[in-house]
Amino acid sequence: MSKVLMKGNEAFAEAAIRAGCSCYFGYPITPQNEIPEYMSHELAKAGGKFIQAESELAAVNMAYGAAASGGRAFISTSSPGLALMQEGLGFTASCEVPIVALNVSRGGPGVGGIQPGQADYFQVTRGGYNGDVRIPVFAPSGIQECVDLIYSAFDIAEEYRNPVVIFADGMMGQMMEPVELPPKKPIADDAEIARTKPWAITGTDAHEGRNVVFSLRLQPDVLEAHVEHMFEKYARAERELVRYSTSNLEGAEIVFVAFGTMSRLCAEAIELLAEKGVKAGLIRPISLWPFPDAAFDEIGPEAKVLISTELSMGQMIQDVKNAAAGRWPVRLISRTGGVVPSSLEIVDRALKHLQEVQGK
Amino acid sequence: MKTVFQPTKGMLPVDTSYCPGCAHGIAHRIIMECLEERGMLGKTIGVVPIGCSINAHNFMNIDMCESTHGRAPAIASGIRRVHPDKIVFTYQGDGDLASIGAGEIVHAAHRGEKFTTFFINNAIYGMTGGQMAPTTLIGQRATTCVDGRTVEQAGLPLRMCELISTIDCAVFVERVMLNNPANVRKAKKVVSTALDIQQAGLGFTFVEFLSTCPTNWGLSPTEAIHWCETAMADYYPVKNFKKPEGY
Ligand SMILES: Cc1ncc(C[n+]2csc(CCOP(=O)(O)OP(=O)(O)O)c2C)c(N)n1
Repeated sequence: MSKVLMKGNEAFAEAAIRAGCSCYFGYPITPQNEIPEYMSHELAKAGGKFIQAESELAAVNMAYGAAASGGRAFISTSSPGLALMQEGLGFTASCEVPIVALNVSRGGPGVGGIQPGQADYFQVTRGGYNGDVRIPVFAPSGIQECVDLIYSAFDIAEEYRNPVVIFADGMMGQMMEPVELPPKKPIADDAEIARTKPWAITGTDAHEGRNVVFSLRLQPDVLEAHVEHMFEKYARAERELVRYSTSNLEGAEIVFVAFGTMSRLCAEAIELLAEKGVKAGLIRPISLWPFPDAAFDEIGPEAKVLISTELSMGQMIQDVKNAAAGRWPVRLISRTGGVVPSSLEIVDRALKHLQEVQGK
Repeated sequence: MKTVFQPTKGMLPVDTSYCPGCAHGIAHRIIMECLEERGMLGKTIGVVPIGCSINAHNFMNIDMCESTHGRAPAIASGIRRVHPDKIVFTYQGDGDLASIGAGEIVHAAHRGEKFTTFFINNAIYGMTGGQMAPTTLIGQRATTCVDGRTVEQAGLPLRMCELISTIDCAVFVERVMLNNPANVRKAKKVVSTALDIQQAGLGFTFVEFLSTCPTNWGLSPTEAIHWCETAMADYYPVKNFKKPEGY
């Protein structure tokens, strides 16, 4: 299969179309505007439906309605928009309805800025929804990986009957890279929906019995049993959905932990450190929830310090400390507000952390 | 023996959870009768709101989903995209539709969504115990305006039919009342017309029911009906606001 040069956002939209997405709902917000723009003309050509929603609140609820009735629903937004979608995501999880949401994140807080940020880490892994909910989150480091993750996210969402979030950042949305696009899957017709989603509200003629998609459970023991059922799925997710990559861990004194755009800068910093004779390696979480604790068992005996490297004031570092479990000192390199550090800055700050933990 | 009456198959054979004198049950029944009469019970998808009628899916014998508070019109818009040939409706109270969900209902109408909204206006928040709604009348007591609603404090009640009928793609807008058998029969005709227009794909259809909440109004069921047909109908005129030609 041949590669095409595409802008990130357009490739993400095309990936969803190829995954058999039947409905897309979006509200304009930079830096992901190319996604609703692309969907507005390309999704219809593929037989799908597009609505420019009146708000992110409406968009996530449209997606819930489409997916509850058997559609493959996709939404995209950027940080402040995701904040508005939180209630809908939690509700959708509680109703066991599968949707895929893409966050092309930017700097915060508040309306913040429009340059890339990762300060949505808490927002995507902890959520702003109420109640006991987990949402699988995948963070790509480039356009190809994002395309592949979006493509598979629909199957994961449907298998688990839960929302799935893809956490990219504005850098990936706006840059261009060559990508290989996956083959187009057909949009499910009524018969296919009836076969694969017997729970969907498609009208009682289309299935056995009567289907109701609901969240309200006024009896505490009934609600507790439902949450326990959700957590059986989440326990399975913790076994099956962990994704990460590692590089140069063998003999590494410095171990960077970074995802998304930051992991690319760390890869450069590792080469620069090698030129200075310092061995450094990288753990790159791809699934942010479930967090890849297992990756930390691959760290070698030479490791002196773990450095959570983030485009935020330090959010993932909590999960890094948890995974490190006291085995290594954990430090932070962070820039925020949309500022992206150079690999040289990372090298400088990493060396200082190394000296500090060695008492030099 | 000739059958003169049969309960509709559209209602499940269970008791509803509504208080005596509440009109939710009547509204449920006439909607379900209309669906049954057109043979569409099995081809209908309904969205229930946050409010007393979140329970409607325990009573209406069709496929349904719950909604987040006020967002039923967005949810129905999503359902409509997957099911262009089915009947889709939302069923919403006045807190749900006229307050927290005011944005979604306006934009569903504005897009000319081809579903029907059944709006149950009881001038109060029922489920949460009788707080003021945007539709609460001036002078009407509620738990968040114990001396009665005032213009100074909360403005004047919102008339949703009047508002929705200013939106061009809302093609059918009518307010009905469920205070006596004759008006229930009239209301049923209106529901049927709204569904005809939905099935003809002409645009957004909206039916408002003036309803009663004896429990939170602090009235007996008969007093509540009387208050509905006097005070409420006075501020909220029962009439057709808009219909397509030929209907
Ligand atoms: C986001 C959110 N806010 C508030 C509530 C609490 N709540 C439940 S029902 C309701 C009011 C419903 O009143 P109305 O729409 O008038 O319907 P009724 O109960 O009178 O039929 C409210 C505010 C909620 N469930 N969710």
